[in-house]
Amino acid sequence: MTAAGAEAIAVALAGTGAEVRPAEPSDVVGGVLPSCVASPATVDQAAGVMAAAAGLDLAVVPRGSGDTISWGWPPARCDVVADLSGMDQVLEYAAGDLVVKVQAGVRLGQLAEILAEKGQRLALDGPPGVTVGGAVARNAAGPLRLRYGLPRDLLIGITIVRPDGALAHAGGKVVKNVAGYDLGKLFAGSQGTLGLIVETTFRLHPLPDLSAYVIEEYRESAAAAEAVLAAAASPLQPSAVELERARVGGPIRVATLLEGTPSGVSARAERMRTLLGRSAETMMAAPDWWGRTGEASPSGMTTVVAGGTLVRVAFWAAELRPVLDAIDTVAGEAGVAVSVGGSAGAGVLYALLAAGQDPGQVAVFVRALRAATGHAAGPDGGGLARGSVVVLTAPAAVLEAADPWGPVPSLGLMRAVKQQFDPGHLMSPGRGPGGI
Amino acid sequence: MGTPLAASPDNGAPTGACAALIPTLEGICGADHVISEPRELKTYECDGLTAHRTAPALVVLPEEAEQVAAIVRACAEAGVPFVARGSGTGLSGGALPRSDGVLIVTSRMRRVLEVDPRSRRAIVEPGVTNLAVSKAVEPYGFFYAPDPSSQVVCSVGGNVAENSGGAHCLKHGFTVHHVTGLEIVTPDGELTWLGDGTGVSPGYDLLGAFTGSEGTLGIVTKVVVKLTPLPEMVRTLLAAFESTSQGGTAVSGIIGAGIVPAAIEMMDALAIEAAEAAVHCNYPAGAGAVLVVELDGPASEVEAEAAAVRERCEQAGAGEIRSADDPADRARIWAGRKSAFAAVGRISPAYIVQDGVVPRTALSGILGRIAELSSAREGVRVANVFHAGDGNLHPLVLFDDRIEGAGEAAEEVSGAILDLCIEAGGSITGEHGVGVDKAKYMPKMFGPTDLDTMQFLRCAFNPRNLCNPGKVFPTPRLCGEVPGVRHGPPPAVAAGELEQF
Ligand SMILES: Cc1cc2nc3c(=O)[nH]c(=O)nc-3n(C[C@H](O)[C@H](O)[C@H](O)COP(=O)(O)OP(=O)(O)OC[C@H]3O[C@@H](n4cnc5c(N)ncnc54)[C@H](O)[C@@H]3O)c2cc1C
Ligand SMILES: Cc1cc2nc3c(=O)[nH]c(=O)nc-3n(C[C@H](O)[C@H](O)[C@H](O)COP(=O)(O)OP(=O)(O)OC[C@H]3O[C@@H](n4cnc5c(N)ncnc54)[C@H](O)[C@@H]3O)c2cc1C
Repeated sequence: MTAAGAEAIAVALAGTGAEVRPAEPSDVVGGVLPSCVASPATVDQAAGVMAAAAGLDLAVVPRGSGDTISWGWPPARCDVVADLSGMDQVLEYAAGDLVVKVQAGVRLGQLAEILAEKGQRLALDGPPGVTVGGAVARNAAGPLRLRYGLPRDLLIGITIVRPDGALAHAGGKVVKNVAGYDLGKLFAGSQGTLGLIVETTFRLHPLPDLSAYVIEEYRESAAAAEAVLAAAASPLQPSAVELERARVGGPIRVATLLEGTPSGVSARAERMRTLLGRSAETMMAAPDWWGRTGEASPSGMTTVVAGGTLVRVAFWAAELRPVLDAIDTVAGEAGVAVSVGGSAGAGVLYALLAAGQDPGQVAVFVRALRAATGHAAGPDGGGLARGSVVVLTAPAAVLEAADPWGPVPSLGLMRAVKQQFDPGHLMSPGRGPGGI
Repeated sequence: MGTPLAASPDNGAPTGACAALIPTLEGICGADHVISEPRELKTYECDGLTAHRTAPALVVLPEEAEQVAAIVRACAEAGVPFVARGSGTGLSGGALPRSDGVLIVTSRMRRVLEVDPRSRRAIVEPGVTNLAVSKAVEPYGFFYAPDPSSQVVCSVGGNVAENSGGAHCLKHGFTVHHVTGLEIVTPDGELTWLGDGTGVSPGYDLLGAFTGSEGTLGIVTKVVVKLTPLPEMVRTLLAAFESTSQGGTAVSGIIGAGIVPAAIEMMDALAIEAAEAAVHCNYPAGAGAVLVVELDGPASEVEAEAAAVRERCEQAGAGEIRSADDPADRARIWAGRKSAFAAVGRISPAYIVQDGVVPRTALSGILGRIAELSSAREGVRVANVFHAGDGNLHPLVLFDDRIEGAGEAAEEVSGAILDLCIEAGGSITGEHGVGVDKAKYMPKMFGPTDLDTMQFLRCAFNPRNLCNPGKVFPTPRLCGEVPGVRHGPPPAVAAGELEQF
């Protein structure tokens, strides 16, 4: 991009009313320095930015808090960062309807405070500093996913700006609604590749009166897996069943979260202790490793320390023990140090490989784990994959040696969807599966 | 919709492209499973919404996913439209056949292929009935949570297409929350899986987008469902009130107390009268409204919540409150509610079942306005049955079809109720879908760009629009027309042009 080009871009975008400034080194996206950062304050400004960018054939990457903006494949091109963190208004809060409509830049923590005043919550336990737009765009969730699902399950309405600058809505502000296609589902997890998420409407849940954590430690993966499966299938209705193993071959801690009325929770916790084992303990606060993917930085954000690798392993819950064992074996063979944690009861684990390890060996670990769990080759021919091993973030050298996405079912249909929404390939080009 | 590709002669036997397909389809499914006899075709001319009727040119009854794929490929090659049908209980004409097309019926695809209790998953074929899934997994201590009232007959494939919910969706969610994998046949005849059964499959959530697409994006041939542990305790409460507004106050109290019951249902005086006439449900005499609240979960929670629910109902002015734990007693409480639709037949010669949604807190106001609407029309009465927890109304518009103009008046009231729902910020359908019946209301709820953008999805899956054409959207979009100029929506496409393909 020439300097004159950058100036022309700035002029065109400024005409939209959005705040526009030249990009700084801290605005880099996966090593790519954009030309400028546009920060719309309104939906119309956001639409204007997209229309102007499309008119100039500029590639756009949306940004929320920027916490994980460089995760995954770098964009093939990035001219403009559309920074949505300034769109931080709560638009409509109907406590009696258990529904809230917010702009995409609202932070989870900010929203939680407002909802807590009415005894309610958005059942999405992400880091407080991230934006709802970012959480939806990643479809990322913490421990509560076992009971409440992912952002896509809580999202009931969405406003998007298409890559051509057109504004579109889907869903609405009532929980029960089957009118039209549910574009919210498509945008949840779209990772900035289909358009901008500018407004979101969520269904809410009451804050529980009491929460208790029942925790037990196991030496063997088999015993830990049995405990996790029993807890998740029990009628005690846990909100979360989490697991942590700080090092390969080390002890495994399992914690379940019970939420409800004070009398209900204490009775359930007692029974959950019996279910988990002799030395299970009940605590009123979460263990320090709860819901932590990677290392929590002081700001409470989930940043994997630069140079670290975070791998998400998804599987059918019955496979928990084989998956834990495969991680152990494969890490041993690759000679890498791995810590494992996550929503084992829901069939999701995160493997963290700390910074400073040989990228070649980290890539070996990823590929070998795919092979060991049966997710190396795509089940083409129409088979059911039953799981995946996805690299969420890793140093560039690792990403080059191991496709972060791995095999993705129905990639052809995904390409067709991308082609419809973004025929010019201007939205976060190259970041999706198969280089979408 | 434009000129049919292959018009049927007066005797209804297939001609042209459809007739030419018969040998191919017989080769795929066997001659016994291809229906072309006009009398037999008539069985399939409508779904649960009998107002719309069209006999298909052909019906095929495949037994395997590969057969469905081969049928779709044959249709695609011949340019013949095709429509999937499960059990035909849909209430929006979603499975309405095309006179120039093939109806693909899944009633022979009824196997439960796998139950994996440890993973809390099962894999079923699309023709399996909703209730059969719960029955198959009950021995393991699980159930399949979405429970449309039609669950004895409706198919899981139909549930996926409609994103069906049931009375218990307030707490447990809809089909989309309980399906983690779909094997589909794409509209060009390819078998592929959306999602991998885990719920966190990489890439776009095509599974979520497909669910609720009313058969317009492809045909489901296998479904991975999530299994939910059977609740330890279920308690059903019945509370009688003088009026629906008192009942509404009780609902607000319950929600305000931080309780999410499995179900909260309300019936007004007219609906109670009908139910009483039909099934003698013995609801408290003289009630202006009854509330049915069901709580499920761990026993200790249910006890605590039930006490709070009772208290809120009393505060709102409830007269009698009944409570039941054992299945037979609970069924007695539900009997009146469950019979309500059919029961109005006892007090009215004809009726229309409407399905609309308003924000829950707008319920009282809307009920008042519905009453105004019906009192303004001679011979039209409205009985209200609704899912009070989530604002999903099922007004039953009663009329006498022997009286000239009564049907039109009822239609008007029914349509005006949807206008009220839209005005209140709600939806034109909470569970019955858009189908053919409500396509004309879509532009009232969504703008032209919204509808155009939704059709991006249709164009990605079903660019030739052969798969269930004419449903959901009032105006089809031409998919070849890529919006090259990126300013504003492309010009609207006139209905009918589509046949140019
Ligand atoms: C417990 C836990 C589990 C997690 N699991 C996962 C996981 O499984 N997968 C995963 O990817 N991440 C995961 N994360 C990380 C999580 O995605 C991020 O913490 C969060 O989503 C980042 O939000 P942000 O506002 O910082 O967005 P950013 O980091 O700024 O952006 C994140 C992504 O979303 C896009 N984006 C942001 N805002 C918008 C918008 N308004 N419209 C369109 N696109 C937008 C960006 O282009 C980028 O691709 C997890 C985090 C936690 C705490
Ligand atoms: C008495 C009664 C009560 C009802 N109660 C409820 C209720 O409580 N909640 C609720 O949500 N609905 C309810 N319904 C509506 C209806 O039962 C549901 O929409 C149900 O999911 C339809 O299933 P079906 O198998 O009958 O589908 P059909 O009517 O055969 O088809 C419905 C739609 O699904 C498509 N379809 C069917 N099979 C497939 C497939 N394999 N692949 C792709 N598309 C397919 C069809 O093309 C059509 O568009 C009720 C209906 C009746 C008659």
